Amino acid sequence: MLNGIPINYYIMLSAVLFIIGVVGVMARRNAIIIFMCIELMLNAVNLLLVAFSTLHQDASGQVFVFFVMAVAAAEVAVGLAILAMVYRNLKSIDIDLLSRLKN
Amino acid sequence: MKGLFIISGLGILAMLAEIFKFKKILYPLVLLGIIAAYGCNFMEWNNNMSVPMFGKMIHFDNVALAFSGVILATAFFWFILANDYFEHDHITDHFALVLFALVGALMLTSFSNMTTLFLGIEILSIPMYVLAASRKRDLASNEAGFKYLIMGSFASGFLLFGIALIYGATGTFDLMAIRSYISQANGSIPVFFYAGILMMLVAMCFKVSAAPFHFWAPDVYEGSPTVITALMSTIVKTAAFAAFMHLFLVVFGKAGESWSMVLAVIVALSLVVSNITAASQNSVKRMLAYSSISHAAFMLMAILANNRGFASVNAILYYSLAYSIGSISAFTVVYNVSKEDGNSNIEAFNGLGKRNPFVAGCMVIAMLSLAGIPVTAGFFAKYFIFTLMIGTGFKWLIILAILTSAVGVYYYFKVIIAMYFKPVREGQKMVLETSHVILLAITTLLTLALGIVPKYIIEIFG
Repeated sequence: MLNGIPINYYIMLSAVLFIIGVVGVMARRNAIIIFMCIELMLNAVNLLLVAFSTLHQDASGQVFVFFVMAVAAAEVAVGLAILAMVYRNLKSIDIDLLSRLKN
Repeated sequence: MKGLFIISGLGILAMLAEIFKFKKILYPLVLLGIIAAYGCNFMEWNNNMSVPMFGKMIHFDNVALAFSGVILATAFFWFILANDYFEHDHITDHFALVLFALVGALMLTSFSNMTTLFLGIEILSIPMYVLAASRKRDLASNEAGFKYLIMGSFASGFLLFGIALIYGATGTFDLMAIRSYISQANGSIPVFFYAGILMMLVAMCFKVSAAPFHFWAPDVYEGSPTVITALMSTIVKTAAFAAFMHLFLVVFGKAGESWSMVLAVIVALSLVVSNITAASQNSVKRMLAYSSISHAAFMLMAILANNRGFASVNAILYYSLAYSIGSISAFTVVYNVSKEDGNSNIEAFNGLGKRNPFVAGCMVIAMLSLAGIPVTAGFFAKYFIFTLMIGTGFKWLIILAILTSAVGVYYYFKVIIAMYFKPVREGQKMVLETSHVILLAITTLLTLALGIVPKYIIEIFG
């Protein structure tokens, strides 16, 4: 029980956010939006970690959130650099154009 | 543990080399550093720390040291293979990236907390994304890097959600505490704990590229520069399996009934999909990517036999050593052949037996080892996995594995046939650098030696 809200509600909310992120990664074709969906997945995890951390009265969950945020920032930095490089070669960020290796 | 510090220090040194202008001596420095790390690793054997250190974050026990040894030895061979990859500009950046990836790999052998697991995976993966995309003008390399990044961070999302759910159930990130939580709380474990285990299973299967989560691997392996592909299929794979094994054999072993059936289906799918698709590939690099999926399936079988204690650890250690060494020697040949022809199609191998008998002979040994033909290391690697599986409820997987291995023999022999029985297109000899000749000789001898006296590795933990 966190401020009168049962923990299951937090799990549900995080799961819904996470699933929106997963569907977004699979369905969208714009690379920037795919990155945003991955961020959404990671933020769903952060919400869940903070909720559980409060539930257990244990700070390590909140410390873990900092690690997740730092790593997410590093991942996006690398991702946007690769994307800028792709754009320079292709003049587009539509991921359907990035399927030359299939055959 | 000192090995981890030495490699981290080398990575920082490589970045400083640009500023303080000692680029020229960086390559020998790195080779010496890896030998030093291996030496420290060897010295710590049997007199290591008995308890986890740094706030119970890292625990270098003998199992971790053994896998670190495999990773460091492979890294040494890899640096010899990649010597002219580093002659382009940005040499110091490339060195730093590879060394930091190595730090992540060593962390994955020795983590004892979910935090270090997550950090290890990310420290290993993020440099690999950059390295996969390191040929900036080449669209195939761009595509490989981009796909690797998207799939890698997607898998990290699953891993984190799994970690969060397990934390919610147990209230701790410490692996030993989670392990004792499973064995003590029988019956009262919440459902989302098992959901967490399954999400971590999915994420780890993404990382080791087991079917049906393998679809990124062939594209990434083909698009990346060949030396980086060699890095991915040896060091990254060994580290990911060390982590997989530690998580699922040691920590979640007691909850085996919740994940072993799912893992069995994943193994069966990987065996069938990889071997059948590999048989129809024309590019040798892509064929090796599919073959790495089938090797992943074999190593997962050892994790499935989770009631055998150290026998599974021994089998995975032997398999990853045999597979890493075989892959290094196969990729050395592929690298040299594709450097001449510009592509790694099977036609490029035509008549290699006449153009350079030594290289062709080494490739034959590597292919026989990967296919699992007797006297080579690969045969005993598969044999030990089968003996493990006999004692479990998944005997049908042995039959499936033997059948699909027979398909595997077909595509490995396609390369051998091309080398010896296809006409030579152009008559010139193929010349290799001396360092690559020595590397091929060592890896080939090791493959044979491991096959002739397998007992030093396979009985290492009793």
